[in-house]
Amino acid sequence: MTVNGVPRAASAPPRRLLSDFLRHDLGLTGTHVGCEHGVCGCCTVLFDGEPVRSCLMFAVTASGHEVTTVEGLGGPEEMSPVQQAFQDCHGLQCGFCTPGFLCTVTALLRDNPRPTDEEVIEGISGNLCRCTGYQNIIKAVHRAADLIAEDGTEVDR
Amino acid sequence: MSSMFGEAIVRREDPRLITGQGRYLDDLGRHALAAAFVRSPHAHARITGIDVDDALDVEGLVAIYTWEDLPGRVGEPLPLLIPHPALTHGRTAYPLARDVVRHVGEPIVMVVARDRYLAEDAADRIRVEYETLPPVVGIENAAAAAGLVHDDVPGNAGANLVQEAGDAPAAIATAPNVLEFRLDIERSASMPLEGRGVYARWDADDESLRVYSSTQTSTSVRMAIATKLDLPANKVEVIAPDVGGGFGVKIVHPWPEEILIPWAARLLDREVKWTEDRREHFISAAHERGQVQYVRVGFDDEGRLLGLDVRILHDHGAYTPYGIIVPIITSTQLLGPYKPGAYRVEFTSLYTNTVIVTPYRGAGRPQGAFCMERTMDRIADELGLDRTAVREVNLIRPEEFPYDQGLIFQDGRPLIYDSGDYPEMMRRIKELIGWDDFAGFRASAARDGRRVGIGLACYVEGTGVGPYEGGHVEVDSSGRVHVSTGLTSQGQGHQTVFAQIVASELGVPIEDVIVTTGDTRRFGYAVGTFASRAAVMSGNAIALASRKVRDKALRIAGEALEADPRDLEIVEGVVRVKGDASSSIPLRTVAVLSNPLRYAFDEAAKQATQFAVGGSMDDPPLTGEPGLEGKEYYSPPRSTFASGMHAAIVETDPDTAEVRILRYAVLHDCGRLINPRIVEGQIHGGVAQGVGGALYERMVYDSEGQLLNASFMDFLMPYATEIPRVETGHMETASPLNPLGIKGAGEAGVIPVSAVIAAAIEDAEGIRVSRMPISPSELFHLRLAAEAGTAERTNRARSSASS
Repeated sequence: MTVNGVPRAASAPPRRLLSDFLRHDLGLTGTHVGCEHGVCGCCTVLFDGEPVRSCLMFAVTASGHEVTTVEGLGGPEEMSPVQQAFQDCHGLQCGFCTPGFLCTVTALLRDNPRPTDEEVIEGISGNLCRCTGYQNIIKAVHRAADLIAEDGTEVDR
Repeated sequence: MSSMFGEAIVRREDPRLITGQGRYLDDLGRHALAAAFVRSPHAHARITGIDVDDALDVEGLVAIYTWEDLPGRVGEPLPLLIPHPALTHGRTAYPLARDVVRHVGEPIVMVVARDRYLAEDAADRIRVEYETLPPVVGIENAAAAAGLVHDDVPGNAGANLVQEAGDAPAAIATAPNVLEFRLDIERSASMPLEGRGVYARWDADDESLRVYSSTQTSTSVRMAIATKLDLPANKVEVIAPDVGGGFGVKIVHPWPEEILIPWAARLLDREVKWTEDRREHFISAAHERGQVQYVRVGFDDEGRLLGLDVRILHDHGAYTPYGIIVPIITSTQLLGPYKPGAYRVEFTSLYTNTVIVTPYRGAGRPQGAFCMERTMDRIADELGLDRTAVREVNLIRPEEFPYDQGLIFQDGRPLIYDSGDYPEMMRRIKELIGWDDFAGFRASAARDGRRVGIGLACYVEGTGVGPYEGGHVEVDSSGRVHVSTGLTSQGQGHQTVFAQIVASELGVPIEDVIVTTGDTRRFGYAVGTFASRAAVMSGNAIALASRKVRDKALRIAGEALEADPRDLEIVEGVVRVKGDASSSIPLRTVAVLSNPLRYAFDEAAKQATQFAVGGSMDDPPLTGEPGLEGKEYYSPPRSTFASGMHAAIVETDPDTAEVRILRYAVLHDCGRLINPRIVEGQIHGGVAQGVGGALYERMVYDSEGQLLNASFMDFLMPYATEIPRVETGHMETASPLNPLGIKGAGEAGVIPVSAVIAAAIEDAEGIRVSRMPISPSELFHLRLAAEAGTAERTNRARSSASS
């Protein structure tokens, strides 16, 4: 499979979850596991560009597909607009749910670059956060939309 | 001096956490063996046999342990962490069950295998035989004591405590108005998104142990492990890595796994790790909140409290490792910002065959606020007065501080409030929510067939309990400032706020400050992160340590610049003569000079060697201690008391009984703010947990002691769709008790939410709300009961119906 743009090959038993495979076989521990039953969204990654729960998928299912994890969105020195917005707006506290939110929001803004408040709330309503009360996460999504729009303007010039 | 203190800067830990570079417990020890546990499926049973034969041929199995395998202190009951004279029948569990299990989820067998999949395979094949015993479930069943959780605890009563200030029964007997009623609050839980976890490495050559734990107290976990494994403390290191939320549950220690994993790592001489899964967290960590309260209150015709008598039945689950802190806090913090007249409170803390009950954010205060604030609303309704007017006549006035409530608080010290301005806060929360204009909104909503209500609740929170915390600050020869404190972080932004304090106190750029928390290698003495104490305790300790370093830096710089230290200042990491920027020396050079050297291992060191420094031939080269560093401790005489008032407007659907929070407002006073952005975040998160507790979350036990909703599918934690936008206002009444004038902020948001929402729903519906949480289905049935005459309507509703 291709992970964060890099072809990766490893063998895994059929029952190995994609989340465990990413974390423990590939060492990409940014993807977190909060419930292992598909409710909390901490393990959300982009699978061929779409947000999926990596704890509800077997690693073998991902063979031949493209997976993007939080590590693939941007590094500490060059954060993506969504990542930057989460810092700017204090959209995280303990940070455990954050990678899942970042993947979800990255896909959300790609499909809908100017979401309304309702669309933002709907868009992130599959991810649990126990720390922030969501208010600053919602703010961060709007901020990310602004940053992406600014980037786009700069590129157009 | 830099003005970092008080600025809403962005967090310094974020770039790491946002890019997947955080290091949480399960991100460590990639090659460690994994542990899994066989846990009791029964709430109360005697173990009659354990058969492991089928598990032995599981590929990758390394070891299977039962209680019989645990040597010496490892096999003894876990410690009772906070003893109290009233806890006459404290009981704790064995790390692995011995003979009897007392709640579903109690660990019985530990399996160690090559990975968690294989460990679970083996655990599944282990057969435990049980003789089931009658379970005790529910507070009232526990109090009735038809069955016993522990054979040697009569009445299932672990503790009984009475506190009195004045003669409440006498005051109530002579009061012109008396009310008597019952209140109920159900269980919820901290439920951090990262569960617990432990990872241990034994170094056989060094005979030392390194343990990582997702804990709120690494220093005390270290002492517990050292004691249990009979190791000197200096051979045990405990590190709290990035922790994915705590909210109280991770202050409990040592969890069985925190003893068993290090023990197995040493025995096997292999790295061993245990990462809790979600079901394990539900059934084997800890819950909180569940109480029944019986209230008697006497008051005058203006609503002034004359006597308050509260009897509390508290459910503490199967064991009491954390003592009776929760009901102690409920019974003392119940008083909030009010003068209760005479007060008597009695609680009985009861055993049940359920998961243990230990502090969850708020730690007994939400129950206390619920009790007092529902009482205020009842009084107002009884007298036909505005609910805020009744509160106002009872508020402690600003000129009455320090105010002694005449009780003993959770830290064993007198319950004396240090500062606050409650009347001003009441004025501002009413203004923020538009209290006085609400009647108009209600009327216009009613014309549209909508049902709305408003509620308000107050609290006072004792924060920053002792005994102490410490801080260490060291400037290295590159100018970087290394700061450490022993308490731990679970998302509070300590790496930012402590750096702000150091930047301000020392006069250095915040970019140069690096903060480490919860690592016993760096700081061995600490208590832990709980009770909204980190900023107060470690913040002040770090400020004091920074001042010590500053004094030393000025002394050494004064010698180098031939200036009086009193004429020097530190700006942006440079010591200079005030008003003469040409006479200056960077802190990094002061750090070099602070450590006279013989050996020049680098360019900086060359400046500090004996021939470079020069100076008097008669004085010793070193004055005091080498290094530009300082360590200080802060130990307060008693807690400092933060306060707040919340108000909400809710709408209840006339058909579906769904509750929507239209507005939620918070007025909050935690003294001087170190970082307003972080305080706001703490409030938002607290309110969200409060909303969960008010409308969604509960632990549903059946009569057999099975937890029926032990998953995120069934335990309804709020998503973004359930949480209202929180409008906030701040007051900054400095604490006179500590150098920085700060009070704690971590738990504030959650405390009054159930009381506020109950009040608003009651106001919308005109039916008394005396149990929380309340679901749409429960509200629907409450309406039916009110129609049938079996649930009580408020006087306001009755009088508006008859008018």
